Amino acid sequence: MKSNRPSKPERRPNRMGASATPRNERPRREAPPRLENVRPQGAVSSQMSWRDKFDAWSAHHSNSAIESLLRMLGTPLQSLMTWLVIAIAIALPAALFVVFSNVQQIGQSWQDSSQISVFLKKEASAGQAQDLRSRWAKRPDVVQATYVSPEQALEEFKLGSGLGELANHLDENPLPAVILVKPKIGGNAPDALTSLQQALVADPLVADVRLDMLWVKRLHQFITVAERFVVALAGLLALGVLLVIGNTIRMAIENRRDEIVVVKLVGATDAYVRRPFLYTGLWFGVGGGILAAILLALGFWWLSAPVTQLADLYQSSFRLQGLGFIESLQLILIAGFTGLIGAWIAVARHLYQIQPR
Amino acid sequence: MIRFETVSKRYDTGYEALARVDFEVESGEMLFLTGHSGAGKSTLMKLILLMEQPSNGNVFVDGHHLARMPKSQLPYFRRNIGVVFQNHQLLFDRTVYDNVALPLQVAGYPHQEIGKRVRAALDKVDLLDKERSNPMTLSGGEQQRVGIARAVVNKPTLLLADEPTGNLDPELSNEIMTLFRQFNEVGTTVMIATHDVELLKRMNKRVLGLVQGKLVHDGVLW
Repeated sequence: MKSNRPSKPERRPNRMGASATPRNERPRREAPPRLENVRPQGAVSSQMSWRDKFDAWSAHHSNSAIESLLRMLGTPLQSLMTWLVIAIAIALPAALFVVFSNVQQIGQSWQDSSQISVFLKKEASAGQAQDLRSRWAKRPDVVQATYVSPEQALEEFKLGSGLGELANHLDENPLPAVILVKPKIGGNAPDALTSLQQALVADPLVADVRLDMLWVKRLHQFITVAERFVVALAGLLALGVLLVIGNTIRMAIENRRDEIVVVKLVGATDAYVRRPFLYTGLWFGVGGGILAAILLALGFWWLSAPVTQLADLYQSSFRLQGLGFIESLQLILIAGFTGLIGAWIAVARHLYQIQPR
Repeated sequence: MIRFETVSKRYDTGYEALARVDFEVESGEMLFLTGHSGAGKSTLMKLILLMEQPSNGNVFVDGHHLARMPKSQLPYFRRNIGVVFQNHQLLFDRTVYDNVALPLQVAGYPHQEIGKRVRAALDKVDLLDKERSNPMTLSGGEQQRVGIARAVVNKPTLLLADEPTGNLDPELSNEIMTLFRQFNEVGTTVMIATHDVELLKRMNKRVLGLVQGKLVHDGVLW
């Protein structure tokens, strides 16, 4: 098409795509000749190498990160309050999770030592009891069977209960002989346990069989219920964190409306405009997470001494397990991520409403 | 560079800002846009910048059919247009230097390149000694020149100015016009909206005259 117009040989390469579409074939006035040799202009950005672009991109990332952090620290009281709100919302479910994992630990250690206590009738002699013990020990579903004579049981009672004085005043030993049977199957096979229990109770020498599993199972069920409660609570509080951060970001956007308008007018991409606000959200989340970790550490430190004393009273070696280093880091990461999402939602909702007018 | 094909703009309120406007601007031209306030000057500028969409007709700028431009292209398109506002739209929370550097930072220029170009632009508008000042402390004319420096720092192919001399005395407005002329002489297409008839007479350039949204004049003076 251009060959039809040989009269215009010197035209500057036309970025308007004149050869592509007929609508540009309308005759146009020739530009003054001095325009032929002006400095290159226009799509200047295309003259930049990919390396420059990447450098600029990463520079803007670190700039946005640092600047948004400095902005936050510029209004310390306001930021601290937001951080605290987030920290409390995170620390509450996290504390409950930690408490339940501790309770579960107790349950586990008791479950491992789960055993069936078989109480023998009074008339059973020590010899009969020993026979019974060795017979049961050979059963395939029994790991171990231990005979505890009434005298041994009394000794244990004296030592363990703190009521030794009372026992000394007894005329005769009220305790029966006991055979402790450790079943091979774990706590997850209640049917097998029940059949074992029935087999044991069938012996004429047996007075009663106590399966210690039941309350462990109840504890487990309780923890499952409580865990669901905590998950729901954590979900609600996470939503709260999202709303708090979303609202904070919305105000930050409102405060910088003029800047956003100007920056959009000079050709900022949406990603460029978004970036500082996303970092603001990230910092709110991370700051809240760090505060939450500190709150938790303080709280568990404060609790650990009385809990240890309590455990000692129960002759348990149980110790309160707080949040470890890795878990604290995970907590902070999760908080930061939540902050980022909250900021993203706020930015998506509010930033696009701000257009140059 | 700019072509309007029977462009109309009717706002949601029913107000017709532009009615079947046709004109074409060549690359490297310098021209004025005039009319009373409300005649459609600002609307016309906004259509070029794609701050508004026309109700009817087609707008072409720099080879782009604006109605068909994908949203993702808009920032890159705007980087080629420098804009000077009557209220100059400077950011008062940062220095003159940072205001002028904004278009370059947005476009991702390397640090040293930004420094070079910002100083060149500030030198051009004779404000090199004010680069560390806050624009709030500058006079109206100086603020307007900072706005011009920001508009040209990216070496745009098209420079739009909406009432750039709006509240400046004649001497200052002459200075600013001289600047625009200099940019035009190195090849930038310059379009200036003004209602200052004296200025139009002095400049003796092509004038587009708008009356109630209609293009009633196209040519040198009247």
